[in-house]
Amino acid sequence: MDFTLKIWRQENARAKGRFVTYHVTGISPECSFLEMLDILNQQLIDKFEKPVCYDHDCREGICGACGLYINGRPHGQDDGVTTCQLHMRRYRDGDTITVEPWRAKPFPVIKDLVVDRSAFDKIIASGGYISVSTGGVPDANTILVPKEDAELAMDAAACIGCGACVAACKNASAMLFVASKVSQFAKLPQGRVEAKERVKKMVAKMDELGFGACTNTGACEVECPKNISLSHIACLNREYFKAKIL
Amino acid sequence: MIRLDARIPEGPLAEKWTRFKATQKLVSPANKRKLDIIVVGTGLAGASAAASLGEQGFNVKVFCYQDSPRRAHSIAAQGGINAAKNYPNDGDSVYRLFYDTIKGGDYRSREANVYRLAEVSGSIIDQCVARGVPFAREYSGVLKNRSFGGAQVSRTFYARGQTGQQLLLGAYGAMMRQVNAGKITFFPRTEMLDLVIIEGKARGIITRNLITGALERHFGHAVVLATGGYGRAYFLSTMAMGANGSAIWQAYKKGAYFANPSFVQIHPTCIPVHGDYQSKLTLMSESLRNDGRIWVPKKSEDAEALRNKTKLPADLAEEDRDYYLERKYPAFGNLVPRDVASRAAKDRCDAGFGVGSGLAVYLDFEDAIKNLGKDVIRERYGNLFQMYEKIVDENPYKTPMMIYPAIHYCMGGLWVDYHLMTTIPGLFAIGECNFSDHGANRLGASALMQGLADGYFILPYTLQHYLAEEILVPRMPVTLPEFERAENSVRDNIHKLFSIKGKQSVDAIHRKFGLKLWEMVGMARNKSGLESALKEFSALKEEFWKDVRVTGRYDEMNPELEKAGRVADFIEIGELMARDALQREESCGGHFREEHQSDEGEAMRNDDDFMFVAVWEYKASDREHEMHKEPLKYEDIKVAIRNYKI
Amino acid sequence: MSNLFTSSIGKKLIMSLAGLFLIVFLVVHLGINLSLIFSDTRESFNKAAHFMSSNLLIKIVEIILFGGLFLHMFYGFYLQIKNWIARGRFYSINNYSQTSFFSKFMIHTAVIITVFIIIHLSDFFFKSKFSGEIPVVFYNGKSYHDLGILVIEKFKIPGFVIFYIVCFIFLAFHLLHGFWSAFQTLGLDHRLYTPWIKVIGVLYTILVTAGFTLIPVYIYFFM
Repeated sequence: MDFTLKIWRQENARAKGRFVTYHVTGISPECSFLEMLDILNQQLIDKFEKPVCYDHDCREGICGACGLYINGRPHGQDDGVTTCQLHMRRYRDGDTITVEPWRAKPFPVIKDLVVDRSAFDKIIASGGYISVSTGGVPDANTILVPKEDAELAMDAAACIGCGACVAACKNASAMLFVASKVSQFAKLPQGRVEAKERVKKMVAKMDELGFGACTNTGACEVECPKNISLSHIACLNREYFKAKIL
Repeated sequence: MIRLDARIPEGPLAEKWTRFKATQKLVSPANKRKLDIIVVGTGLAGASAAASLGEQGFNVKVFCYQDSPRRAHSIAAQGGINAAKNYPNDGDSVYRLFYDTIKGGDYRSREANVYRLAEVSGSIIDQCVARGVPFAREYSGVLKNRSFGGAQVSRTFYARGQTGQQLLLGAYGAMMRQVNAGKITFFPRTEMLDLVIIEGKARGIITRNLITGALERHFGHAVVLATGGYGRAYFLSTMAMGANGSAIWQAYKKGAYFANPSFVQIHPTCIPVHGDYQSKLTLMSESLRNDGRIWVPKKSEDAEALRNKTKLPADLAEEDRDYYLERKYPAFGNLVPRDVASRAAKDRCDAGFGVGSGLAVYLDFEDAIKNLGKDVIRERYGNLFQMYEKIVDENPYKTPMMIYPAIHYCMGGLWVDYHLMTTIPGLFAIGECNFSDHGANRLGASALMQGLADGYFILPYTLQHYLAEEILVPRMPVTLPEFERAENSVRDNIHKLFSIKGKQSVDAIHRKFGLKLWEMVGMARNKSGLESALKEFSALKEEFWKDVRVTGRYDEMNPELEKAGRVADFIEIGELMARDALQREESCGGHFREEHQSDEGEAMRNDDDFMFVAVWEYKASDREHEMHKEPLKYEDIKVAIRNYKI
Repeated sequence: MSNLFTSSIGKKLIMSLAGLFLIVFLVVHLGINLSLIFSDTRESFNKAAHFMSSNLLIKIVEIILFGGLFLHMFYGFYLQIKNWIARGRFYSINNYSQTSFFSKFMIHTAVIITVFIIIHLSDFFFKSKFSGEIPVVFYNGKSYHDLGILVIEKFKIPGFVIFYIVCFIFLAFHLLHGFWSAFQTLGLDHRLYTPWIKVIGVLYTILVTAGFTLIPVYIYFFM
């Protein structure tokens, strides 16, 4: 298969970026999107040019490192996948594919398609945990969790922190990311203890970092590679009002 | 030479750890504030250690090459974590977990370390639940268990197919809590390139900022390596693309000994290779073997028809299928340990019964779906099935999965004593990057257990014991000549890489090397193969330093430069792996020497001559590595032939 | 409670509460308006209008209504500007995500509705409040402002009718997302009931906008 690629190239955080057009030929349909970029990079190296920088690590859809905005959609056109799980068989021979980095004020571009997502770490650091220290905890089975709650908590906890929700949202809102953590702990008895403190701190940090506000468009839910539901955002709102008003 | 002293506490096995804790030296809270600890790597071991040390009051500096600590490759572990809780009342105990681990490791691991691992395993589950890990539950609200390869009890706790992710996020949360509290400073996108030793003790590291390319110096009263395994040496593996052996290799070159480098684990259930552009192999959790049945055709003409796609798996009648694991190992069946399952798959494919590209076997859920229903299977493995379908474009509910073994884990690693300290005082190694617990083969769901045991419950004690002697050592300025020298050598190395301006990309050389490593130091090894591997690797090393092409500049984000440094080290590690495999004239665990097999093709161990840990010492670039032996004594366990047949 | 309203979620709480209030108001408004076309003497309509402008309680509600409308609009525009800033640089190819279509255009429909409200208020509400040029009508010997005739006169102008209908369509677009969205923002989400809220939202939107559309159309053709 042959493709024309329009890829965002940007030397560094301060530089002005631009789209550069490349052609790749003879790509196998079984090739993953990132492997196709590897092939492109090999071509560039052969010409002594700088290869395209993009984040990736596990290449099996769980680490959350990869994330490209492909033809107007984060992680490409497939639902429930990360960029590394997208395969070229999903494209037609001869397609033109536009690849951009995540665009959000709190995710500045570092180079080419690599963005700085440390804002997510800052949100977690502000309260995305249960404040127990190592040791001195009760036997695991003394904390009973209804199966349904455990399942819901797991649904939320599946978040890989890739940032597709922010990239997809027309408001660059991080509500789904924050909600996934808040909702996970809100549904577990061991997490309820400090639920109020947690949600207040995390929302304050999210606002401080300059993420947008949620308008319930649902784009995040659609693009989330782990299919995390919008209902967790409702849970976040609920938890927030409980913490602030009650 | 440093005498190898494992510093195992006196007393009966079951009391060693308790005795150590009761008599160890402690550091007062006031002094903890004055001590700095460097932790490299943020996987389960690194993140849990950093969190626990921060909670204790030490100043911790944490480094990872990823953009966030949450992305460390522990996150990819799927199946579960073992613990001797005996919740299902099926006869589990600390001793049995200890016994299974030693046996699973083919009697090549250290008794005292493994016993301690089993001993703290229960606390890990308690800790993780308290940290909000959403483990699977029964309707009653209690924790659910499942069985795993190499065990006859159900002792595996799991969170869907994402156990590693959930445990890591738990540890990551704990770590970020300490970041918030100011006890941890963390440096993402930073790679350790050298270790700094001052007066014989590990005192710091040299790092490269992967965004700006700047070299930085960091001081610590102690340095903890939690950098994972070196399996990426094979190029195609289930490891993350950035996973590397450079930190431990630099430590090795500075005097830390390397134990059992040839002991790598090949995981039986990976998605087979499909093309030469491929960058990565994807693991399908071993838990699938709980319900899936592994088979190949009985007749080679059927195998050929399946390869040509003139027949479909469903076309084969039950009597034409060879469920070879169930046939050969009736007691454990599809749940034999990983090395056994992997070799059996290779054996069938080599004999011409492979399907797919010829290097694949079926993992079939037809019976399980028939017996349990699609919903139960979906609940257990839904996300794994989905993952498979995304990659292969086939629906495993309808047609059997195809699997083939792939490199997955390194049992070998830096040699550590009971305190998890390497032969360099003040340098500790935890998690996969040490060698201590898994012998020649690791059981499923034990890597997560070991990572968290080391990080949450062992290192915080043993490191404190070490630091108690260091309380009078002031923080050292990074302007000391030792830092200067280390940074200069790193810089020289980087400039050297750029100056080659050869013709081959880093990946091209890595791919070539990886393929050779897989062929010659992979699932089956032999003397002549290993001898030629040694020659070929040193030739490849020369080729690398003559012909590699590193594009871009050093003072910018440059993944090519990062990869080049890692591959240079991988080639040297590969050499040592081959050397180690060559000296070990026996078959044990993941190490299978073709010369040492029974008539039935089973591995033959040689306990008389090889019941030791091979501990390698680096001499100099122009001198041979020297091997030392740490003899293994089994006092509480009867050494037996590993038998999964009856 | 402290700094609830400085947070993004707090601001959205106000927006959704105000929005729900406006949703209720639309029903009342529609009810009164419909009475205009069901009686030739415009008695019930004019009486209701009189009641709405003279009752003390209603006057208080009116203040809340205008306050709510203002807050809804103010925070809507304020958050939108913040959201544009949060994006930073825009994508060259815009998001094709398969999400609720109308949710993407709330700000656009909001601008149209704002313009409509200004025109609507200056035509009827301010006239009745602040200028005296309204004819008078007597029911049972009591005099009332004949607001009804004002409305009927206006809706005899074809351009005016079309303008209103177009605006109602945009209002429908706004409501189609806004109704459910208000519940979501309030955290009122439930596995069983949320699908019903969505259905009710669509029914409400259709009924209310159809009702409002009916009035000018009926007046133009039949009165």
